[in-house]
Amino acid sequence: MTATAENPWMAEFLSRGGPMVEFENVSIGFEGNPVLRDVSFQVALGETRILLGPAGGGKSVLMKLVNGLLTPDRGQIRVFGRLLSEMNEDEIFQMRAHIGMVFQESALFDSLSVEDNVAYRLEEDHIDPREIRERVLEVLRFVGLEEAIEKFPAELSGGMRRRVSIARAIIGRPELLLYDSPTGGLDPITSSTIIELVVKQRDVSGATCLLITHRLQDAFTLATHRYNLRENQMEPIPNHRIDPGTRFLVLNEGRVIFDGTTLELTHTEDPWLREFIA
Amino acid sequence: MRIFSPEAYAKSLVASVQEYSLLCARAVANIFSRPRYMADIYTQMDSIGAGSLPIVVLTGFFTGCVLALQSAVNLKVFGAVNMTGELVTLAMIKELGPVLTGLMISGRNTSGMASEIGSMNVTEQLDAMRALGTDPIRKLVTPRLVATVFMVFFLTIISDACGIGGGAFVAVYMLKLNAGQFFHTGYMALEHGDIVEGLVKPLFSGFIIATIGCYYGLRTTGGTRGVGQATTQAVVSSSVLIILVDFLVTQLMIGIFGR
Repeated sequence: MTATAENPWMAEFLSRGGPMVEFENVSIGFEGNPVLRDVSFQVALGETRILLGPAGGGKSVLMKLVNGLLTPDRGQIRVFGRLLSEMNEDEIFQMRAHIGMVFQESALFDSLSVEDNVAYRLEEDHIDPREIRERVLEVLRFVGLEEAIEKFPAELSGGMRRRVSIARAIIGRPELLLYDSPTGGLDPITSSTIIELVVKQRDVSGATCLLITHRLQDAFTLATHRYNLRENQMEPIPNHRIDPGTRFLVLNEGRVIFDGTTLELTHTEDPWLREFIA
Repeated sequence: MRIFSPEAYAKSLVASVQEYSLLCARAVANIFSRPRYMADIYTQMDSIGAGSLPIVVLTGFFTGCVLALQSAVNLKVFGAVNMTGELVTLAMIKELGPVLTGLMISGRNTSGMASEIGSMNVTEQLDAMRALGTDPIRKLVTPRLVATVFMVFFLTIISDACGIGGGAFVAVYMLKLNAGQFFHTGYMALEHGDIVEGLVKPLFSGFIIATIGCYYGLRTTGGTRGVGQATTQAVVSSSVLIILVDFLVTQLMIGIFGR
């Protein structure tokens, strides 16, 4: 059973089709240092929102705010149409059942095997062990790591860990996926494999996603490619078209510098932004 | 150079006490609501209880041995060597058994809890756990709390028995005392209040060991160095608190039972 079927409010929200994520003048700081200042943006249903910006700009903090792992000092955050500040802890845990998150350093449980890591959410929901096994194999096949099922995180390479992390995030069939620098620290070939997986997941499930990246080529690959299920590979969108569901948000020093489409970003007149994407 | 601010220090101290109190309240409240992680409780019981058994047995036994030797030397001056059993039994059951067991388990398990949870914290595994819909306090702290309180209670009883056994060993084989007399004087000296005192103390020690270990683990920052610092601070705080609470409980028991 999917989490959506268990929560009628989620099904009702999806039928309405409002913004999946909504930030209104959100600010947060740590020990007196502001990290995000008056950040406002929306992420529509089915949209792929790419977060760009220099390191230390508050992108990972923004991602944790969406998932309720941090609480803003000021402003309002709505996820699936509900204000996070009005939700109690149990409701936030229920909400997280609809969100999959891939952490910057994978954050796999190092004392659990790949199988137990991926199955974690389903085991917490007390799903039948046979169904868990089937679904674990299904998602590991999706990320191309079926053979690593018995291994422990310490035995995996950085790229493999990132793929297990993606498998763990998508096993609950979430409506919203958060990728925090999924290609960070990886070599170009492994990064391309990970981005191909992100495109595959986007085109197969149609889930809304937020993705942080430091590699512009990854961002533009997401905007210009699609996944061909018959050929089982990623390919450029024909006629040099651009995926209309891909939008960009650029942060610098905690402020939103840009919020718009791929074409708007590539044709920007802002000198700082031009230099940044050059 | 940063100037030391007494106000900021006082505020951080109050905030730490508040955080610790909230953690304890939530860890206890979780016992009475679902989901309960029974498998984690049994795993922790095995790790804390069975794992600590050798150090508790050895510490208890040799403490009893030393106590018998030392007390016999002084009691001999007054011609009261036959009271060795009474002294060893009372000291082990009322004081040394509970405190030494608490300190030994604190050294072994508070550090283990702080470093394990601290490592999970700095590698974002706790955030991942929250993101996957699990409350880390319910999954990690409550099972450790239940297991530690339960196991420290029984380990203290084992430590008391080993201590009395060690005292008897020295009394019989080194001081050439009568074994029957050793146990009889010890048994006759014990009162109901002494047993209650000896069994109440480990409940507090167990609570302190688990909550302090988990508290320092959960607030760990600063990578592997931070994990090391959290582990050291956890063991120091837990040991000091165990002795402090031992003093308060002893005072309370003297107030209740008059001895």
